[in-house]
Formats: sequence, C-alpha cells, structure tokens
Amino acid sequence: MTGIDDYIARIDGTCGKEKDVIVTFKYEKKNDAIQRILKRATLKKSIAGIVSELSYGSYSFRLYGSGKVILRGLESKEELNSLLGQLLL
Amino acid sequence: MFDTNKIREDFPILKRKVNGHPLIYFDNAATTQKPKQVIDAIDDFYEKHNANVHRAVHTLSQEASELYESAHEEIAGFIGAKGMEETVFVRGTTEAINLIAYSWGLRNLGKNDEIVVSLMEHHSNIVPWEIISKITGFEIKYADLNADGTLNYDSFESLISKRTRMVCVSQVSNVTGVVNDVKKIGKIAHEHGAMILVDGAQSVPHMPVNVKDIDVDFLAFSGHKMLGPTGIGVLYGKRDLLGKMEPFHGGGEMIRDVSFNPKVRRCSTTWNSLPWKFEAGTPNTEGAIGLAAAVRYLKRLGMENVRKHEQKLTEYSITRMLKSCNNVEIYGPRNASTKSGIVPFGMKGLSSHDIALFLDNYGIMVRSGFHCAQPLHEFMKLNSSARASFYVYNSVEEVDKFVDALKEIGELQ
Repeated sequence: MTGIDDYIARIDGTCGKEKDVIVTFKYEKKNDAIQRILKRATLKKSIAGIVSELSYGSYSFRLYGSGKVILRGLESKEELNSLLGQLLL
Repeated sequence: MFDTNKIREDFPILKRKVNGHPLIYFDNAATTQKPKQVIDAIDDFYEKHNANVHRAVHTLSQEASELYESAHEEIAGFIGAKGMEETVFVRGTTEAINLIAYSWGLRNLGKNDEIVVSLMEHHSNIVPWEIISKITGFEIKYADLNADGTLNYDSFESLISKRTRMVCVSQVSNVTGVVNDVKKIGKIAHEHGAMILVDGAQSVPHMPVNVKDIDVDFLAFSGHKMLGPTGIGVLYGKRDLLGKMEPFHGGGEMIRDVSFNPKVRRCSTTWNSLPWKFEAGTPNTEGAIGLAAAVRYLKRLGMENVRKHEQKLTEYSITRMLKSCNNVEIYGPRNASTKSGIVPFGMKGLSSHDIALFLDNYGIMVRSGFHCAQPLHEFMKLNSSARASFYVYNSVEEVDKFVDALKEIGELQ
C-alpha cells in the first residue's frame, strides 16, 4: 500500500522565526507528486512553471518545480502527515 | 591578474548543473567548494603516505608526520603566527572556541568575573560561554549594535572593565559581512587586562589577517570555509597563553608520560609540548594536508586580490539588486568597502526560504534562515534573511543571472 513515505525524501524544519517546513520529494517521484498536488489544490498563481502558489482548505503553500514544497503554520507532525496524505494519496 | 575564468577551471564541481542550470554557488559563507589542488593533495596522501602520525618509526609514519607538521607551519605562516606551537588543529571554529571556553574559561572564570561578547556573534561564540557561565557563575555582558547591525564600539568599550577577563568578537559578521576593527577592540581589552578571542571564520578566508598586526590572543577559523576540507580548523593562541592552559581533551598524543604509581594506585600524567597538548588522539591528517594545500592556493592568488575581487562583486551585486529589483531590501550596511563578500537581503512578503527555493530552481545556491546568528536577527527585527556570499570563483556574470532571477521572484507578490 502506498504511503507518503513513498513520495518523500526529506522533511526539514527551517530556521528562522517563520518555522516553515520544507518537504523534498524523491527524485523519481517528484513529477507524480507535483501532478497529484496540482490536481487537488487550488492554483492561485504560477510563475513560469517554477513555482505555484496553492491553497488547500485553510492551508496555503508554495510548490516548486524542483520537487519541493514549503508549508507554513503547521502545529504538529501529525498535522503535517495528514495534510501530505490528503495531497498525495 | 585575478582571472576568475582560469580559477573556475580548478573547481570540478562548477562544471555540474543543478535543476538544468549551471551551478551558481553563492553560499560560500557556509562552506566553500574545493579546487582540484586540494582534492589531489588528499588523494596523494592516501595513495602514497597514509599512516598514523607521531606513532611509529617506519617510513610511512615519518612521511605522514612530516606532512602533518608542515601543514601546521604552512597555516602558522599564513596568519603570521610564530610557528606550529601557536597553531592548534581542531575540527573547526566551533571546537576552537569550545577549547578556550572549557580549557581556560572553566578553570579561570568565577563569580566576580565578566566576559564581553558582541550581539552579532555566531552561536558558536555565544553558546559555549553560556554553558560555562552556568557552571562557574561568571557574567556575560552583551555589547549592543547600531541599528544597521554594525558594532557599537562605545557600547563595547563601556562594558569592558577591570572585571572583564575575555572579550569575544567576530572579525567579520557571518550575516552582514561587516568587518570589525578587532585591533581597536583588542587594544581596549588589553588596557583593562583582558584577553581577546576573535572568531575569524569569515575573515581569514577572505582578507589578509596577521595575528601580530591585530595583536589578538586567540583566533579561531575553519578550513572548509577557505577551500579546505570539512572537519579541520585552527585555533591560534599566543604561545605563553596556550602554554599555561590545561588540555581540552585527554588521550594519546597529548601526553608526555602516563606513569602508574603502585603505592597510590593512580596514574600521573605530564603534557606534551605545544601544539600537541591540545591535539588528543589520532588527528585529522588528511584534513590538515588538504587545508595546507588550500592555503597554498590562496597565497598564490594573494589575499589582497581575494579581498578586492569580493568587494567588486559585493558592490556590483548591491547596486544591481537595488536598481533592478524594487522590492528587495538589503540588510546592514551597503558600502562594500566596509564589508566582506556577504549580501544579506529579503523581499517584501516572501520568506527567506521562498527566495532560496526559487533561486535553487535556477541552480543558484543561497542560504536562508538565521545563519546561526539568531540574536543578531532579533536585534535587527528580522524573521530571517537570505544571504548571498561570494568567493574567488564567482563572477559578475553569475551576479547578473542571480539578479535576473530575483526580478522574477518579485512576481510572486
């Protein structure tokens, strides 16, 4: 059974007051991950296919063509996993 | 003549692409790329000379020992130290400062003592002192900065008193790139009977630094920020000061004798000579040899030329960023002559990580976050910052591509 770990190479908390989370997709899965997210989230803005500004429910985030997504305002690891599950699976 | 194109040929990594674009590496304040001369020196050691140093009489050990010792002399000469006895190899700047904090601070700082630390310091020049302070009870006085993040010399001077035992300051800020007058601060410290410890992690790789000229008691710097390998750094210390200090780590190499007394059933030890007293265990021989090769490379370029090249790139990038990107904000001073090759910046409405991720798509590597200097960011009321930092292999053409990419990111707002 496919899980979010099948898509994700790394999850890094950033330093800085923002406390963002950067999720890096596995190279071989990044295009699939990007397509899945674009299908489920609402596109607000896109620049030259490099970055897409998206919203999903109460969340807003940016998805990069290099296979990274930057998420904000998450309170816990459980919330992060739940959001990623909804976006990817 | 400083020929960037020719220099770039020495760096194999600069031939690679990232996300389909030629690599533009602007994260040199974090770590630098390595020229083939450094890589070859390490290869040569392992292919021809590898053995443990100072341990055996066989040929390989003698060769390895000679290479290791000559690396000390090479680095000593680079910073104007008297010789290898003033040049201790450590893992990096962080370990060098910890060495002073534990070997000297733990034994010499008590309840009536103070040290003065600037608010612009990297965490490595704050945290070790906070740890030792909690053990021995001495006080840490933090010197304020000016609004633009430069050192407030008046604040610094006002905090130094007869109770001050040590003054800790960076020669160059790893966030703003501001160059501090450590000679002036050291003079004030010495007038009050205090010592000065300088974090040279961002200065030694980028400008001529001579310990005799600046007259500092201790200077710490890292090899990987100056074309050398990771895991090797240097603590310079005046010979008489290092001589009086107790060792940091115990083990092999750092002792002269370890003798068991059967009457009391204890071992007594005497310490080795400098610098070995502070280099316990099998050292990072390949790192030392690689760092020596890096120093030879930098000496060939000339440190004055390195400084001028970085100033040119700094001035050019600041001018172009301000002219071409109307939503970019440069943090700290903008006068390149007062700075090293570091440009901290932000863009309205975007986090530093967004900026870094966007640039990454163009193969441009910059740092984002606090850069291990949270107190400085708090002082400047910044949530975080993006940082472009230059070195010998960076070019004006790369700055142009960087600014062009920044212009695009403005559309995100």
